[in-house]
Amino acid sequence: MSTAAAGNPGAGLSPLLSVEDLHVHFVTSRGVVRAVEGLSYDVRAGEMVALVGESGCGKSVSALAVMRLLAKPAGRVVAGAVRFDGRDLLKLTEDQMREVRGRDIGMIFQEPMTSLNPVLPIGFQITEPLFMHQKIGAEAARARALDLLRMVGIPDAERRLEQYPHQFSGGMRQRAMIAIALACDPKLIIADEPTTALDVTIQAQILELMKELSRRLGIAMVMITHNLGVVARYADRVNVMYAARLAEQAAAEALFARPLHPYTVGLLRSVPRLDQPRGPRLETIEGLPPNLLAPPPGCRFAPRCAAKQPECEQRVPPLDEIGPGRHSACLRAAELASAGPQALGLQDAEAGAAPPAKSLDPLPVIEVRGLKTHFDVTRGLVAAHRAVVKAVDGVSFEIRRGETLGLVGESGCGKTTIGRTLLRLEEASAGEILYRGTDLTRVNGALLKDYRRRIQVIFQDPYSSLNPRMTVGEILAEPMRVHGLQPDRRAARARAGELLEQVGLYAYMAERYPHELSGGQRQRVGIARALALEPEFIVCDEPVSALDVSIQAQIINLLEALQQRLGLTYLFIAHDLAVVRHICDRVAVMYLGKVMEIADRDALYAAPQHPYTQALLDAVPIPDPRLERERSRVPLRGEIPSPLDPPQGCVFHTRCPLAEERCRREVPALREIRPLHFAACVKL
Amino acid sequence: MSAVSAAPDIVYAAPRQRHPVIAFLRHQPLGAAGLVVIVLMILAAVLAKWVAPYDPLTVDYGGILARPSWQHWLGTDNFGRDVLSRIIYGAQTALSVGFLASILGSTLGALIGVASAYFGGRIDMLVQRLMDVLLSFPIIVLALAVAAILGKNVVLGVDVNLVLAIGLPMVPKVARVVRASALAVREMPYIDAARTAGFSHARIIFRHIVPNVTAPYLIMLTAFVGQAILLEASLSFLGLGATEPTPAWGLMLSGSAIDFYQQAPWMIVFPGLAISLAVFAFNLFGDSLRDWLDPKLKI
Repeated sequence: MSTAAAGNPGAGLSPLLSVEDLHVHFVTSRGVVRAVEGLSYDVRAGEMVALVGESGCGKSVSALAVMRLLAKPAGRVVAGAVRFDGRDLLKLTEDQMREVRGRDIGMIFQEPMTSLNPVLPIGFQITEPLFMHQKIGAEAARARALDLLRMVGIPDAERRLEQYPHQFSGGMRQRAMIAIALACDPKLIIADEPTTALDVTIQAQILELMKELSRRLGIAMVMITHNLGVVARYADRVNVMYAARLAEQAAAEALFARPLHPYTVGLLRSVPRLDQPRGPRLETIEGLPPNLLAPPPGCRFAPRCAAKQPECEQRVPPLDEIGPGRHSACLRAAELASAGPQALGLQDAEAGAAPPAKSLDPLPVIEVRGLKTHFDVTRGLVAAHRAVVKAVDGVSFEIRRGETLGLVGESGCGKTTIGRTLLRLEEASAGEILYRGTDLTRVNGALLKDYRRRIQVIFQDPYSSLNPRMTVGEILAEPMRVHGLQPDRRAARARAGELLEQVGLYAYMAERYPHELSGGQRQRVGIARALALEPEFIVCDEPVSALDVSIQAQIINLLEALQQRLGLTYLFIAHDLAVVRHICDRVAVMYLGKVMEIADRDALYAAPQHPYTQALLDAVPIPDPRLERERSRVPLRGEIPSPLDPPQGCVFHTRCPLAEERCRREVPALREIRPLHFAACVKL
Repeated sequence: MSAVSAAPDIVYAAPRQRHPVIAFLRHQPLGAAGLVVIVLMILAAVLAKWVAPYDPLTVDYGGILARPSWQHWLGTDNFGRDVLSRIIYGAQTALSVGFLASILGSTLGALIGVASAYFGGRIDMLVQRLMDVLLSFPIIVLALAVAAILGKNVVLGVDVNLVLAIGLPMVPKVARVVRASALAVREMPYIDAARTAGFSHARIIFRHIVPNVTAPYLIMLTAFVGQAILLEASLSFLGLGATEPTPAWGLMLSGSAIDFYQQAPWMIVFPGLAISLAVFAFNLFGDSLRDWLDPKLKI
């Protein structure tokens, strides 16, 4: 299994792809963005190399530069070479380059929804590169397409060839994308965040498939990702990028065992992990990545680095070889290698301690009983074709004061709809939502307005959750004025300043417009807006999933600190099981509109009862190559059924490894399997 | 593997921070040309008293149907009135009716579009079907009907009913375009945030949706000024708009001009040119404004 340690398949040979000192600039109306500066890396045949970094660090741009697909005329390669199979790709003519793309190098993009052409059948899209590059006949192309679809695990390939992308699920589309990339037997595949848009169980299937294909067919792979767990499991070698430059380069195991750049150290520590005990708060990298229009001189990471020295801010650190195959662009890398991160002050001492016990009010703030939210979907013109999506179908839970309840599940499981129904953004079809004894599904008018003040929301996407035409100050002051919480404009403005400071921003930012802030800062403004009404209960709808790892940790810590200080109660909706484990007191796992399991956090993660919970936890990759490669994993088969046509009996039986005849007939009730540990499965 | 080299020394010219109007003129030369014509027309209309060589209403039976000459640049009509002066004064009618009708039609249409999108469901369905009915009539027929029913009602020198007749047929078109934008805005999380903060419908519509659909509104508004000028000319030509002796472009083409155009083609050529130029200028400007305000087309 450990290809990285015991000699790479192609080690010693000359590299297949060699990027040398690549510089990419974008000339925009606001200035020149130096998006990639001096990037060099090698990929040998059959090897899987990862490019890791946060958004805007230049990882995707460098891949586009290799493929010569940079947006023109703004993007340009100003220096460097890309040697592939003995040729410099940057010197080829456009016609020659077209031959290379698709035939020698395949590419897989992040968004399987938009990277397939919606008006062409899948079969046509797979055979197209064959006609282009291999000049084979229609019969042979069709046979090859069938082979490819089977190879990427698409059942019923004959029929699937004729279908269009909208008839494929997200996971199936990504499989089809892989089939297209494989069509002409490429030597190299560049995969840009290939599983970021997919659910965790589907992600596991796709990654296993890619790894298996790459090994069997001897295809080298460049994997661009921000997910360190994925890197740990699949990559042989890793290149960490920060603010357009390489920070560190190493074999995967060595990198995870002992990172030699303070940024890598921080990155590894700020991810909440399932395999380690939960600390009281996450370690973070303070601050924000630099603006590439005006980057700091010297080391790009210096402004955020706990181990920085005066020299770091003046001299650009060279990418030095620290050990065999290990490079780090840090002036203190040698010290880091010998003394470890603690000695350089890179480890937060407090983070190791056990979390303080929470004392919870026994009275529930929110009680949900038998909640159903159904949507009518009219298919076709005739009302007889009406279908009902049971987004939430009989869910009950309660949340006590000061508690955080986590709601996890894959897309389409109804977790967001529950949050929206609680907020009265959707109307409940049946059931009750009791807020301190009053049924929220029935209140209206002034009473509803009063409840709206006490129940607030934080949204997922920091880019679209703030009105672009209002300043931050207006966004914060408006709800206070509408609810009469502040006597006048001046008091509201002063309070807005206080709120900004409370969420870790500065009062002067009230003058700014949302587009002048970074993603993490906007999310803080979103939190401040929720706090403006002094609520008691906040629905957090995936509040960190759109953020970069280092920013995510900052926001999680902020949410926890605010909860302690203000006595808030949270419903925390998320798909990231490690984040949920870190922040939640109790966790409910959902699947197709129903709760599968609900229990205290520690009980749920230590001893998951429901087969779905077990599969979910099993699918999450852990950012530690040694642990990760020892885990034998059986990815959950199949995909989530359409909520328009959910299975009879237990909704999970179509994918359940334990399913038997009884599960097809009986709808399992949520039962107390152990004290305060509920699960809905007849086999328990 | 080599170490990182220093960044190549490429010196880029610093981006200049230009005033948005200057930037628009530089990037949209056709739109700028349109804008120049529009500004000239507005100046002519406002300063008509001083710019026009003659009084547009003075009849001179000694000089009827005079050819264009140094005295009368664009000739005279069958009453001996100076055609250039009548065109300059005609700009007042064209622009006032054009702008007022377009502002009225676009604003009403935008409000209907936003409300229809925001409330959705049955209200949206009913409003949109009503708009479909209005759209099924040619705009000129609708305007003719309104003008014929309402008659004339001059307030402060502007025929209010003419403005209504021209503005109302534009409502459904604007309503559709603005509704489409508003539908996208309505789905944004910041609208959900406004709802969860307990804001009233009016506040959400006017404070949160309307400012985010101003781009399509402004584009429709400018494009329709040209349309409105054309419509005003058509209605005047058909005898339902301005009436003699008011100098109006459409009117100059009709009536006695039809009897005399073979002897005195300048009587119809120049007002016709004025109408075409005005409509062309507003269309050019409207198109450029659309490109300019569309962030997807910007680098």
